[in-house]
Amino acid sequence: MKVSDLAELIGAKKLTEGVSEDREILCGYVCDLLSWVMAHGEEGMAWVTVQTHLNVVAVAALAEMACVILPEGITMEQEVLDKANAEEMCVLSSPLTAYEICGRLAAQGIPAHG
Amino acid sequence: MEELFRISYPVAAADYTNAGKASTDIKRRLKQLGVGGDVLRRVAVASYEVELNLVIHSMGGELTLSVYPEAAQLVSADVGPGIPDLDMAMREGYSTANDEARSLGFGAGMGLPNMKRNADEFTITSEPGVGTTISMLFRLQQ
Repeated sequence: MKVSDLAELIGAKKLTEGVSEDREILCGYVCDLLSWVMAHGEEGMAWVTVQTHLNVVAVAALAEMACVILPEGITMEQEVLDKANAEEMCVLSSPLTAYEICGRLAAQGIPAHG
Repeated sequence: MEELFRISYPVAAADYTNAGKASTDIKRRLKQLGVGGDVLRRVAVASYEVELNLVIHSMGGELTLSVYPEAAQLVSADVGPGIPDLDMAMREGYSTANDEARSLGFGAGMGLPNMKRNADEFTITSEPGVGTTISMLFRLQQ
């Protein structure tokens, strides 16, 4: 499943601009503790979080994740999105809750680990 | 070992806005030098953890990347305050992070254990009132 397929699956809006949506989703994760995510983040991960500050982009990019998903219609400030664009990290905003997003990912066979 | 490349980054205490810039640059430079895959990812994760530790816990310090033909080394050296109990600090889940760090989602007590897990060699020395030095080695050819 590519990021573009995932966006459709969870009715998400892409917040980043000019970032490729062709990256393959290898696994999914939900967590708001950034230090925890650093320890457990994996390449190709679709990460659901309500955190929206600059460090979210750094964590996702350094772990080579596929995308960041903000649940419940949350958005990011432009400064953070500018960084995501620069790091080529796709950020999606879905109206669904984190629980519903993960449920849909799991139903499509996306595993916890890549 | 012949050193091929070295660069140092000053890291300021409590500067959450710039946190991650050194790690991002380290990753970019290693990539340019042809480092990739699992090693690159491990260096990136460990350098971010150690950079964040400087931001959250130290009174300021410096992160240095040295590249050798067969290894990359990260050294973090700060000017205090030092860690009174290293055994506790190395324990997963133990953290002395303040409220500001915790409000951003840091302070889960995963930093030092995560560095140790990602590095091929990990050493930490600390003296209260003086500072902490962390050295991590990553073998480039397995």
